[in-house]
Amino acid sequence: MSLTNKVTAEDILRISGVDASRCMQCGKCSGACPNYDEMDYHPHQFAAMVRKGKITELMESKALYQCLSCFACSQRCPRGVEPAKLIEAVRLSVIRQKGKNYMTADALPEKLDEKIPQQALVSAMRKYSK
Amino acid sequence: MTYGYYPGCTLKTKAKELDVYGRLAAQKLGILLEEPENWQCCGGVYPQGEDEIATKLSSVRTLAAAKEKGQDLVTLCSACHHVLKRVNLDMKNNETIRQRANNYLKLDTPYGGETEVIHYLELLRDKVGFDNLKNAVVKPLKDLRIAPYYGCLLLRPGKEMGFDDPEDPTVMEDFIRALGATPVKYSQRNECCGGYVTLENKDAAKRRASTVASSAADAGADLLITACPLCLYNLEANAGPSALPVKYFTELLAEALGVKEEL
Ligand code: SF4
Ligand code: SF4
Repeated sequence: MSLTNKVTAEDILRISGVDASRCMQCGKCSGACPNYDEMDYHPHQFAAMVRKGKITELMESKALYQCLSCFACSQRCPRGVEPAKLIEAVRLSVIRQKGKNYMTADALPEKLDEKIPQQALVSAMRKYSK
Repeated sequence: MTYGYYPGCTLKTKAKELDVYGRLAAQKLGILLEEPENWQCCGGVYPQGEDEIATKLSSVRTLAAAKEKGQDLVTLCSACHHVLKRVNLDMKNNETIRQRANNYLKLDTPYGGETEVIHYLELLRDKVGFDNLKNAVVKPLKDLRIAPYYGCLLLRPGKEMGFDDPEDPTVMEDFIRALGATPVKYSQRNECCGGYVTLENKDAAKRRASTVASSAADAGADLLITACPLCLYNLEANAGPSALPVKYFTELLAEALGVKEEL
């Protein structure tokens, strides 16, 4: 994936409002994550890699689209780090770039079934496209 | 008691039961829910980015409209509640977001998070009171073993939502007892149903939903209750063989209060 604009750790910290330097790498966030198995990078790794400035790797991560926004990681972090906000900031940094939407409205019709609530569609569009 | 009431889009479409039974029950309890005019969709998910302003504006409009009428704002859908509550806190506590949102909206008086956002369950607990609710029940739901499904959005982050103890909530159990039924406690009651990821990774959503449903079934529940249309969908459509019946909590409330009509 080629990215149009370089994104720095400072950008992620600014967008998320999170102080990743507070992270002590205890792993409690990842232990709490209900979609851990679907992720290549896990919540505690987001905290560590933002600190180290490894943003490009995170921007290519499939975890960005597997996070359920359940806030278990943020709730259970003993240091108030809020990994969910770091993941959201990296995802925003990707989908804000031209041509980098992950899912667009064109993809929705074939995903619909009789019962799917509108809430699912607007949420997915908010999470996966700009 | 008159309150502002924000239904949100799904309650006008796929989740009519959540809305209609909620209104009928409120009426029976002497509560008037007034829907603001021209409300817009909250977006379904809270925009966590500090620099996300446009995505927060529809919520701010709704919150400011309630303030104009001097009303607290009642919500029913867990997702709408989550979004409105957190955007409201941003408007109250985050100077930059407050300024930027007000710059866009150009309201007569700037909005600064003055509106109280109250979930319907909080209304029952804190304004009506579960003892009074119990006294208003005409058809106790005896012999029903109900598993309350809290999910994520009402509870977390606990310090923002302030809804209940995020790891050991009790409001839905108390609600179930007030209706005369028996609450069933199970470990997955506050773990995610899979959420919007059902549109992106069906298998992962199925694993989440079946884990929740089987946890409730193993604990001996006859049925699950929820306040969220997407939780209801996932628990019904994605739970596979472990699926239990799932209902909105307002449907049972209307039934116990004797005001349930067939929709
Ligand atoms: S729980 Fe908090 S402190 Fe522990 S690894 Fe995760 S982000 Fe870091
Ligand atoms: S918010 Fe995302 S990363 Fe955090 S625990 Fe939930 S699914 Fe995992």
